[in-house]
Amino acid sequence: MHILVLLKMVPDVVEDLEIASDGKGLDLDYLRMILSESDDHALEQALLLKERHGGKVTVLALDAPEVDDALFTAAAKGADRVVKVVGMDAGFTTRQAAGFFSQVIADQAGLLPADLILTGVQAIDDLDGLVAPLVADEFRMPYLGIITGIMVDASGKTARAIKEFPSGVRGEFEVKLPAVLGVQAAEKPPRYVPVAKVRAAMKSGKIESAEVPTLVDGGWLAVNIMEMKRNEPASQAEMLEGPTEQVCNTLCGILAGRGLV
Amino acid sequence: MPDALHLWILTLAAFSLFGYRVARYIKTLAAARAENRWDHPGQRLKMVLVQVAGGRRLIEEPLIGVAHLVIFWAFVFFAASFFWDLVRGLFPFLPIPFADQVLWMRVALEVFGVLGLVALAVAAARRYLFPPARLEKSTDASIILGLIAIVLLSSLAFQWRGRRAMWWVHMVTVLGFLAYLPYSKHLHLLAAPFSVFFASLRRGSVPAVSPGASRREEFTWRQLFSGLACAECGRCDRSCPSFQGGFALSPKMLMHHLKELVRGTEDGTGGNFVGQVVKREEIWACTTCLACMERCPVMNEHVPVLIEMRRRLVGEGDMDKSLQEALKNLNRYGNSFGAPPRARAKWAQQLDFPIKDARKEPVQYLWFVGDYASYDPRVNAATCAAARVFHKAGLDFGILGDSEQNSGNDVRLAGEEGLYESLQEKNLKAFGRARFQEIITTDPHSFQVLTHEYPATNGARTVRHHTQLLSDLVLRSELPLRKKLRMRVTYHDPCYLGRYNAIFNAPRRVLAALGLDLVEMPRNRTYSYCCGAGGGRIWMEDPPIFNERPAVSRVNEAAALSGVHTLVVVCPKDLVMFQDATKTAGLENRLEVKELSELVEQAMG
Amino acid sequence: MTGSICVLAEQWRGRISEVTYEALALGREVADRGGVQLTAILTGCNCREMTRMLGAADSVVYVDHALLAEMVPQTCADALVQVFAGARPRVLLVPLTNISLGIGTLVGIRMGVPVINFCKDVTISGDRLEAHCVMYGGKIEATVEAGAPSGPQPAVLGLWPGARTADKGRAERDVPVTDMPVVLDDARAIRLCRYIEPEAGDVDLTKEEALVAVGRGVQDRGNLPLVEELAKALGGAVCGSRPVIDQGWLPLSRQIGKSGLTVKPKLYVALGISGAPEHVEGMKDAGLIVAVNSDAHAPIFSVAHYGIVGDVLETLPALTAAIEARKAAAPHA
Repeated sequence: MHILVLLKMVPDVVEDLEIASDGKGLDLDYLRMILSESDDHALEQALLLKERHGGKVTVLALDAPEVDDALFTAAAKGADRVVKVVGMDAGFTTRQAAGFFSQVIADQAGLLPADLILTGVQAIDDLDGLVAPLVADEFRMPYLGIITGIMVDASGKTARAIKEFPSGVRGEFEVKLPAVLGVQAAEKPPRYVPVAKVRAAMKSGKIESAEVPTLVDGGWLAVNIMEMKRNEPASQAEMLEGPTEQVCNTLCGILAGRGLV
Repeated sequence: MPDALHLWILTLAAFSLFGYRVARYIKTLAAARAENRWDHPGQRLKMVLVQVAGGRRLIEEPLIGVAHLVIFWAFVFFAASFFWDLVRGLFPFLPIPFADQVLWMRVALEVFGVLGLVALAVAAARRYLFPPARLEKSTDASIILGLIAIVLLSSLAFQWRGRRAMWWVHMVTVLGFLAYLPYSKHLHLLAAPFSVFFASLRRGSVPAVSPGASRREEFTWRQLFSGLACAECGRCDRSCPSFQGGFALSPKMLMHHLKELVRGTEDGTGGNFVGQVVKREEIWACTTCLACMERCPVMNEHVPVLIEMRRRLVGEGDMDKSLQEALKNLNRYGNSFGAPPRARAKWAQQLDFPIKDARKEPVQYLWFVGDYASYDPRVNAATCAAARVFHKAGLDFGILGDSEQNSGNDVRLAGEEGLYESLQEKNLKAFGRARFQEIITTDPHSFQVLTHEYPATNGARTVRHHTQLLSDLVLRSELPLRKKLRMRVTYHDPCYLGRYNAIFNAPRRVLAALGLDLVEMPRNRTYSYCCGAGGGRIWMEDPPIFNERPAVSRVNEAAALSGVHTLVVVCPKDLVMFQDATKTAGLENRLEVKELSELVEQAMG
Repeated sequence: MTGSICVLAEQWRGRISEVTYEALALGREVADRGGVQLTAILTGCNCREMTRMLGAADSVVYVDHALLAEMVPQTCADALVQVFAGARPRVLLVPLTNISLGIGTLVGIRMGVPVINFCKDVTISGDRLEAHCVMYGGKIEATVEAGAPSGPQPAVLGLWPGARTADKGRAERDVPVTDMPVVLDDARAIRLCRYIEPEAGDVDLTKEEALVAVGRGVQDRGNLPLVEELAKALGGAVCGSRPVIDQGWLPLSRQIGKSGLTVKPKLYVALGISGAPEHVEGMKDAGLIVAVNSDAHAPIFSVAHYGIVGDVLETLPALTAAIEARKAAAPHA
């Protein structure tokens, strides 16, 4: 079985996000990039499937700061082949990202055929679409998102995918392979890979590069960010300030006033 | 001569059995990982004198300790007499007398024979009439006690009655003892002098970089040797906060498993050693507090063995989710909280004076603040108090801001060697960019690793814990103290300051200078009882079953002291653990946990 | 349908979802402002009677097909593309929920029109379409324009739950219904085998009047007893956001949000929850929301009525104590 995993770096929201001076994007100087959380789960799910069914995991990631770390980590975790997609301008949209992935998958030797293409269900910056359905549409493959478990049948022709619905209900779907699945959470939390292993992967340095051709993109598809600002949530809620005890007493008073205590 | 012939046969048989087993042990140890323990032979011999001949740690438990020391010395004389007689018996033509025919030897044998029997009676009474909790009454121990008794009695009987039969009983018993010894836990009586001689000269040193150990040959020979030297006396269990708290770990059982591993009885060469023989929860339960190693009479090294096994588990990514999260955070953000590096010095914004950035201007003291002191809001007040104390004392100090990373002490003890190296690299880089003369730290964990494990890059770098610095200021009368704090307090020795570094007096000197009346807890100094946070435990979840968190036991101990309402700590993790424990124990209104700096600031007025 | 505001009515297991009403409420506003029609599109199988629930729309397009009985995003997108064949709606609002996620993207790419996700609001003036979006887990608000070189172009908007209150879009009446036949490929590349119901929890959170919810900010499972105490003092139950459930600190039955439960208690206390949209979806309609978080910029404060910036572990026991003290002081009713 051959599983392709598509990875994208996103701004790390643990760090404070600053707005660039033109007010239309994030200040890149202040930014740290991190592997999109659900992409990390997609990778883990791929590795779990490999452990269960054998086969090969190939990871594709779009060039971004700190992407090498993510790729070496993927290699250390057990990915067989790691490919960095390079040559595009920074600041691409999700629709473009999906285009880069699709082009490279089609052009680069050995990426197809793949039985499964896994990626995160949604990233925090997927403003103009989601990667999984876009790639699925390109290759005319079945797509399903919000996946939390995958079992490949013995034949290798179909898989059973668990998809989350609201209210804790899950649906078990039969999906014909090859398919593109958007992973919400792997069956197990992403594994810890010791730093020594990542360093060993770095020393062996086996990241391949794949150049993207220029995408022909209809300008009329573009969505433009006109203005970005930091959410100032404190303006919405009434903020209680002061020493902890005082604040708690005030709050307690408010609750009592509404008959909640 | 038939007598000599019989003796020859018996001797050869006993020595063959003995030699066969010992040779196998040596072969196993020789196949294990190398570790040089031949440095400073003088110092090593001295340890043997103190610990083996003097029984320094044995007599920490006076009754059984003294009894054991007496048996030991009786044994020395009887062994000498035995070999003397053996040689004399095997070579009847030698022109020497038997041992008991020499007056001084005869007197020594009689004195130690009698004392030895009394000591045996004490040991037997303790074992059978008043057994300490969890003492295992093995047949092995009974056989050995019996054999020693026969050896002593037969010798005395022979000396007093001159019965030849008794001489034979004596010789046969000793030969039997010799043959049985390598199969018994009493192998320690041969192994102990070697185990002490080859003990680590620096307690708490982390084992050399390795991918960890599970199979027999993956441990170092000295780590395996611990199993052979262990007498299963249980002092480690009795001092272990995890064992006492009802967690999975028993350091004594760990040593027992090592012995089985050397023998190959439980699990061959250790295919299932980690995980099956020694359970995961045992391996993770250790707080690396070093109490077991501090008490062990044969100077065994429990903690390094656990670290080797942790390395193995970490290498396989086999660990608690919380620990995993903490390690991921440490790798990415340099702190276990998963907080942004830029927020590391945020606490300093509460001060009404600026703290120098040692990367931008030279300072005398570089303050290594540490994770908990920087990020944990519960430690905030203490960190600010320390800053104000340094400020008022007129110290020229600065911090590294967001360049400081977790020092890596507990990362390493948790078995993540690679991450430790990476954290160390980043900190060394930050040190390289700063200008300072000396490092001070408010965190004993950082103190330990910065002092002993970090290479000194800009010349002879010194690292001091803030209690040492404050103590020096007190001695030089440079600490501007305005008033005496008249109250009774008790003080908790943090593991990494106390047991690891033997810094006991500095904090006490500061307490005295503040006018505080220090009442010691029963478990103080090297006996200090770990809060339970060390070795990465603070990042892990407690198992579902245990009796009492070590921190709770500790605050109860403090609260039981009459007139004491303040527990003074000098470690940020202690502050967090004990504050939490006072709530669990319902002592919130009885016992206040204070960082020393807070009291110093109070006394500065 | 050309020029109209369209809403994909989300029906799942015999019910119209709450977010559909929110979308209808927003769609109604936009349609009224622009003087255009609001059309709801309902896909399903033998559920024509549900069109009555979509009274906020001017008309309903009902698409009935056996393959639409269960929600499979690709199948639904296929149907929608056929619905729009020859027509150019101004916008199509698609809820971004666990039910419909992916449909918007697929419809957008197949129709060759822009897609804008994470929408909270939308304004249309002339040819310009401006969407207000919440990005980066709620940390950033962005104003986004769908580029249109000439004339008004359709756009697909993925709608975050909570854009409007659902009640504003709830209206039950007989609406003009147009039946729209579609031809769907029965290759059955994706087929629902079964639903897996959640294990029954020890408490029914949807019936609790007070909920104390915990997130990553509680740091340690060991702190949960403190949370229990607060819940007890408030006479409520403890629940959590996804990270806490994934850590195994609380059972799945206690999860609030997109994949968990949607609750409407009288009081919701969010402790150390950042307020990612996925969580907010499940609790935004609570009567009174109190949030405690150490990060003053946490998005949870935009749904909360009262906020405390501070350490959860410090606030938690203090709040419990304050409530207990007040209860002790008050005469028993």
